[in-house]
Amino acid sequence: MAEAAAHHDEHHEHPNYVRIWAILLVLLIISVLGPMLEIRVVTLLTAFGIAVVKAYMVAKNFMHLNIEPRYVVYLMATMLVFMLLFFAGVAPDVMRFEGDNWVKPMQSTAAPGTLGHPDFVPHGEAGGEHH
Amino acid sequence: MAETVHPAEQAAHGEHHEEGWVKKYLFSTDHKIIAMQYLFTGMAMGLIGAFFAYVFRMQLAFPGMEVPFFGVVSANEYNSLITNHGAIMIFWVAMPVLIAAFGNFLIPLMIGADDMVFPRINRLSYQIFFISALVLLASFFVEGGGFGGAWTAYPPLSANAAYSLTPMGATLWLVAVALEFVAFLLGGINFVTTLMNSRTKGMGIYDIPMVLWMIIIASILFMASVGPLIAGAVMLFMDQQVGTHFYDPTRGGDPLLWQHLFWFFGHPEVYVVLLPAMGIVADIMPVFARKKLFAYRTILWTAIGTGVLSFTVWAHHQFIAGIDPRMAHVFTITTLLISIPIAEMCFVYIATLYGGSIRLNTPMLWALAFVAEFLIGGVTGIFLGASGADIYFHDTYFVLAHFHYTFFPIAIIGTYAGVTFWFPKMFGRMMNDTLGKIHFWGTIIPFNLIFIPLFVLGAAGQHRRIYDFTNYPMLAEPWMQDLRVLATVSLVVMLAFQLVFFYNVIVSLVRGEKAGKNPWKSNTLEWTTESPPPHGNFGDQYPTVYRPPYEYSHPDREEDYWPQNLPN
Amino acid sequence: MSSAARPIANLRSATGIPTGRLAVWWVVASEIVIFGGILASYIMFRLAHDAWTVQAANTNTTIGAINTFVLLTSSLFAVLGHANAVDGNGKRAAFFLRLTALGGAIFIAIKSYEWYTEISHGFTITSNTFWSFYYTAAGLHALHVIAGAVILLLIARDAAKNLELHRVELIGIYWHFVDIVWIFLFPLLYIAK
Repeated sequence: MAEAAAHHDEHHEHPNYVRIWAILLVLLIISVLGPMLEIRVVTLLTAFGIAVVKAYMVAKNFMHLNIEPRYVVYLMATMLVFMLLFFAGVAPDVMRFEGDNWVKPMQSTAAPGTLGHPDFVPHGEAGGEHH
Repeated sequence: MAETVHPAEQAAHGEHHEEGWVKKYLFSTDHKIIAMQYLFTGMAMGLIGAFFAYVFRMQLAFPGMEVPFFGVVSANEYNSLITNHGAIMIFWVAMPVLIAAFGNFLIPLMIGADDMVFPRINRLSYQIFFISALVLLASFFVEGGGFGGAWTAYPPLSANAAYSLTPMGATLWLVAVALEFVAFLLGGINFVTTLMNSRTKGMGIYDIPMVLWMIIIASILFMASVGPLIAGAVMLFMDQQVGTHFYDPTRGGDPLLWQHLFWFFGHPEVYVVLLPAMGIVADIMPVFARKKLFAYRTILWTAIGTGVLSFTVWAHHQFIAGIDPRMAHVFTITTLLISIPIAEMCFVYIATLYGGSIRLNTPMLWALAFVAEFLIGGVTGIFLGASGADIYFHDTYFVLAHFHYTFFPIAIIGTYAGVTFWFPKMFGRMMNDTLGKIHFWGTIIPFNLIFIPLFVLGAAGQHRRIYDFTNYPMLAEPWMQDLRVLATVSLVVMLAFQLVFFYNVIVSLVRGEKAGKNPWKSNTLEWTTESPPPHGNFGDQYPTVYRPPYEYSHPDREEDYWPQNLPN
Repeated sequence: MSSAARPIANLRSATGIPTGRLAVWWVVASEIVIFGGILASYIMFRLAHDAWTVQAANTNTTIGAINTFVLLTSSLFAVLGHANAVDGNGKRAAFFLRLTALGGAIFIAIKSYEWYTEISHGFTITSNTFWSFYYTAAGLHALHVIAGAVILLLIARDAAKNLELHRVELIGIYWHFVDIVWIFLFPLLYIAK
């Protein structure tokens, strides 16, 4: 506990946590109201833009990332970058529905009775129904 | 507050109370005991993994024979044996021994601390690891037998009991792997925090022995890469037990997703186990060449660069899985790029030897063998990293021989190098050098005779994971069968020579020459305390560090070594 | 568990960050990639399957918003507990930590009601891969909330006796991280329809 106290001697007063909480609530209300306009861009912006802002505010003020040494921030950012990298490497495969010698039957537009069709039954017991 | 020393450090650390055997050796929080627990558990699992290899190699060389100590191998048993051989050797041998055992033993000793920062979390880490090993072993005895879907556990084979025929085995295997991950996350956090915060007075970041850097980088790589696979394992568990369809393409899932989640972890994992072995070699070579480690900072930054780059190469395992061909180009380039830093590190090690006064004791032989054998593994990897060549080589014994030429140097040679080098510190007695050399040559020569034939067979088109090659006329030609027999006989010879090692350990523990504090005339801090180190490691006086760890044959000094803790 | 039993290694601080806090940051780092993995997988699937919009329309935004409010408020209590711990007021810190844990309990209670309603309407974990993700991701998060609440209560017990006050900040960091995960889960599962 000596450590925690020593650390906080550097900055005596706490930020106004209740005020930050109030701002977070206002943001929450906006993010709920945003989709009611039923404009796709506004929905995305109010939903995810505000999520990023809220996460930033919590991380900065509640988790005190603003007074941690910089490399803690870099560490968190590195982990997020790895996740972006993961997304970038995987999305081209997972978001496709057919490729070299494969199809995902659920989504393909293949003709009935062929391998790609969702109702295709490999052993042919029900294969005749669709004709 | 760069170097704060807590007032409690001045207080004596001598409170000694007698503890019972169980408390002292099974539930200890002392980092040295936990290291031994990891070491012995890892080696016991290694014997099980080696036994599995023996059984399925016998089946391949002499199909249908009644294997001594096992019996006739059925096709399902064969699948289970190869799957668990791979999983055990990586998750229950390489990681616990190289990272957990050496990390636990060396980190506090080498940085001049009395223990890890969180001793009880350390103990918890081992306990979870132990339970994970028990769960894995239990999976062989449930209905349907152990999991047989290969250590990569690709769905749909792993996700659906109707395909894998191991309704319980597959889930127990997955649970065991997940528990093992938890154990190493706890251990890794402990390692990283200890190295960052608990260095003794005077130890700057470039005064840290290379093996510690490598263990820490490996722990961070593990931490950063395993997350998606933990998420993926939860999803696979749901597919197995709850009936979701995350990986089932006919129901809106995607089997490729698992492959990506697995290899996003699986490839950095190669470097997770490689780097500690590289670090062990980096710490042994200067001692037996009596020469400063060449290019300390270059090695460090190269290792960090390798770690970052290792996150960008994973899809080279999936070139023929139907991934986007444009992505295959990208992953070919990054894969070939990553051979550059690793080759650079091998050159740096050779440069360390150049002009040195080399002593060929057993640990040095292992260290040299590591570089030589790992180079073969690295060079054959180039063929597999290039997507064009990989289409031909994919899933052949060429791949298998390639990664055994990387993992064997890492897990086996690296371990023997470390154990023979630090054995005097761990147990206070020297190992027999002659027996050590017999064991060395008895391991290295058969090792090459196992896997060089497998390279040839792989290039001839021999596919992996085939139970009985006599069913395939193209693969059953007499010369191919002869090479299989050669590989199997070499394996048996190699395993027989391991008895020399165990004999050596037992004889040395009982009758070995007393080691004294610093038998190798080494510089790092662990050699400044008693062998074996007492509880608390350094008594009342913690060492202060005055210089980097590899000052050998310094021109201003009479002796050819210069311990880190000497003021001048 | 008096601090006398701690190894000297635990008391050093070569980086200037107290050891416990440094370790919690590494815990958070390793959790980022766990949640990152499942959320990245979900986003890929979601972007690729337009049909999931139909399923997502059945989630209850109001309940999601209430739960967001509950977690945000519990985060406020956690940080107020930290402020009191810094001032050396263990009793008040413990009071706020218990309020935080109560917030976690309310969150779980609301979540249970929500899942009960959805499951009784036929939206089960196996009915569609959207629902598989919905239950798996939120369930993984809920496990973190439960674990956090238990740890909060354990730390509050010590803090009330003015012991181990630095731990109040550590559990706070973890709790805020769990809050941030929900901040992203809320738009992903509820708002984007």
